[in-house]
Amino acid sequence: MKKMMMTAILYTLITAVLLGVVYPLAVTGLAHVFFPRQAEGSLIHRANGTLVGSRLIGQAFSGPGYFWSRPSAAGAGYDAGNSGGSNYAPTSAALAARVTATVQTLNPKGTNAAVPIDLATASASGLDPDISPAAAYYQLARVATERHMSEDAVRSLVTAHITPRQFGLLGEPRVNVLELNLYLDKMAPIASK
Amino acid sequence: MTSNGWLQIAVFFALLLLAAKPLGLYMARVYERQKTWLDPVLGPVERLLYRLTGVNPEAEMRWTEYGAAMLIFSCATLLLTYAIERLQHAIPIPMLNPQHLAAVEPYLAWNTAASFTTNTNWQSYVPETTMSYLTQMAGLATHNFWSAATGMALAIAFIRGISRRESKTLGNFWVDLTRGTLWVLLPICLVYALALVSQGAIQNLKPYDTVTLIEPQTVTAPGADGKPVTTTVTTQTIAQGPLASQEAIKMLGTNGGGFFNANSAHPFENPTPLTNLLEMLSIFLIPAGLCITLGRMVGSPGHGWAVFAAMSVLWFAGVATCYWAEAQPNPLLHGVNQRVATAGPGQSLSPGGNMEGKEVRFGVADSALFATVTTDASCGAVNSMHDSFMPLGGMVPLANIMMGEIIFGGVGSGMYGMLIFVIVTVFIAGLMVGRTPEYLGKKVQAYEVQLSMLYVLIFPLIILGFAAVSVLIPAGLSSISNHGPHGLSQILYAYTSSAGNNGSAFAGLNANTHWYNSTLGITMLVGRFLMIVPMLAVAGSLATKKIVPPSLGTFPVNSTLFTVLLVSVILIVGALTFFPALSLGPILEHLLLRSGISFS
Repeated sequence: MKKMMMTAILYTLITAVLLGVVYPLAVTGLAHVFFPRQAEGSLIHRANGTLVGSRLIGQAFSGPGYFWSRPSAAGAGYDAGNSGGSNYAPTSAALAARVTATVQTLNPKGTNAAVPIDLATASASGLDPDISPAAAYYQLARVATERHMSEDAVRSLVTAHITPRQFGLLGEPRVNVLELNLYLDKMAPIASK
Repeated sequence: MTSNGWLQIAVFFALLLLAAKPLGLYMARVYERQKTWLDPVLGPVERLLYRLTGVNPEAEMRWTEYGAAMLIFSCATLLLTYAIERLQHAIPIPMLNPQHLAAVEPYLAWNTAASFTTNTNWQSYVPETTMSYLTQMAGLATHNFWSAATGMALAIAFIRGISRRESKTLGNFWVDLTRGTLWVLLPICLVYALALVSQGAIQNLKPYDTVTLIEPQTVTAPGADGKPVTTTVTTQTIAQGPLASQEAIKMLGTNGGGFFNANSAHPFENPTPLTNLLEMLSIFLIPAGLCITLGRMVGSPGHGWAVFAAMSVLWFAGVATCYWAEAQPNPLLHGVNQRVATAGPGQSLSPGGNMEGKEVRFGVADSALFATVTTDASCGAVNSMHDSFMPLGGMVPLANIMMGEIIFGGVGSGMYGMLIFVIVTVFIAGLMVGRTPEYLGKKVQAYEVQLSMLYVLIFPLIILGFAAVSVLIPAGLSSISNHGPHGLSQILYAYTSSAGNNGSAFAGLNANTHWYNSTLGITMLVGRFLMIVPMLAVAGSLATKKIVPPSLGTFPVNSTLFTVLLVSVILIVGALTFFPALSLGPILEHLLLRSGISFS
């Protein structure tokens, strides 16, 4: 028994070094050789070097000239140091109330079509970088008015930013909100800024 | 539901089918210590490890020794993880704790150490604000290897119990542990981790990044005194870390403990639909392969496939139900379009369905498939929040775990759990025709059946027992975040997930309390180790028996009839035990939702 305990302790310590230090450091090294940008978080910098985000991590937008992301339950909203979902049950009154509030912001007069469901629900991570194409098209008119562009021009911008299903098969088509907004700012800056 | 959704589910299964056989045959070679192409590299490492730890690789162990070695090893790893968690603030190397996170609080450190030792990976904490990089790498990721390799070793020991004749021993625990780690887990993880990085998974040791927001946001949140406080947020903190290396073993070892709180829903853990497919496949990969290993090692490939078929049937029933449920509109939500929207054939605009707690890149189909796979196996990683699933959609993950984590199941644990059900099935089949039951030539007698039933009964006893106490005391009830029947589902899910060593959650339940941290910790340990002991005893007893040649009256365990019987036994045991609890939770919630009733 004593010998077995000795073996267990030694085995634990030695494999802890192999699996807990050597292995992750080897992956870190190889990752930085082959995929350095991804390994560091797919970060996006402005020309002057300021960090504006990661293409994988969503940000909140609330100005009428921007496409808006989905509601977020991560911290106070899109807190990428505190990811998570709302965990509201489908029968939760709080869920229905939050959806109603979001619908009211997006469709204040209630005259437009029904809001695409993803745009009125919180994602699992609270950091969803994407909205569905339907959710992007839904916001066309508002963004076009604010930026003094034609709806058709904004529509073709959105269409160009749709990421299709991977290999035409996997996942769902989607629009990366941060990339779309950054592109918009480059193409048609909001006058007041 | 869309045809693309069903196609994705079909592609997933086809790929699994393709991978199972080569991996299964390879694992049989690894554990039978035959030659493999990795020997030139790994052979010296293996021999060095045995020399340093004083292991005699030729020594055979009885079931009691095998079990004792496993328990002592698990104790040692549990203590090491506890120590690392408690001391993470005191390590003087800055890159191992760039966020200067404090020591983990004792109850939580105990719960986490128990959780990772038992392959549960239940998480009562938010990793990005609690665990340093060192704890993640050396305290948690290591456990993902250890607990997975332990499970695989135990499954192999059980298979040896069936295949060996008149033998007192089941193999050597240290050898099985080492070979599983070095020959199976580590090489796959190295390649897999890099594939994840190529898609956008992070792998670094730098401090968290701070982003200047394009548009500062005004947010209103409850302040320290509970009154709402409005602040302007101008920056975003992006958590970083050595993620991909841990993500790979988290999925492959059916561990499931997320590097981040949002687990595989977090865009850094699961950036694209391709990584999502790989992650789902890697959950089932080893458990599916072990079916083939079983067939090879007991000399009946057909039996391996019959078990595989039983698992597949139960998997498909789950995913079909879950996908259907999640594609339904929620009648309580107004002013939203919950239907599938397209701009023409093949041009989807919105997946529709229940998108609360789901990511747009995965939609409803990939979320339902992931939820089914992760709970069929004892993985517990999530790419969507099960708490927000429709009542019947959320019942699928719950019921999957309740069946005992044997639908492919955890690595190794799924196989030995399923083999216990096989013994019960063979016994029932024997009763029906009035013969002494035989399993692959081994007579199944009272001793094996008693122990198998003990294995089967411990599981519901611990789940329903603790859940019943929790709904009666304030310490249990105060953690509920959704009221009505869903509250019961939350408590039930927590104990089911812990006993099944799954680790997924109806995460609204605040489990970081003394009551839940301690009782869930106990549940995990019982669900793992108390079930392993009777299982090993059955294996030890089977190994000593003679193999009688098959006769006309032998019940063939490689037939379709066997698969059907096995599935029925699993459903009857699972359904009869848990149906009352399920009808008070998700089934009642479904009926109330249909009538438009909500809870605040």
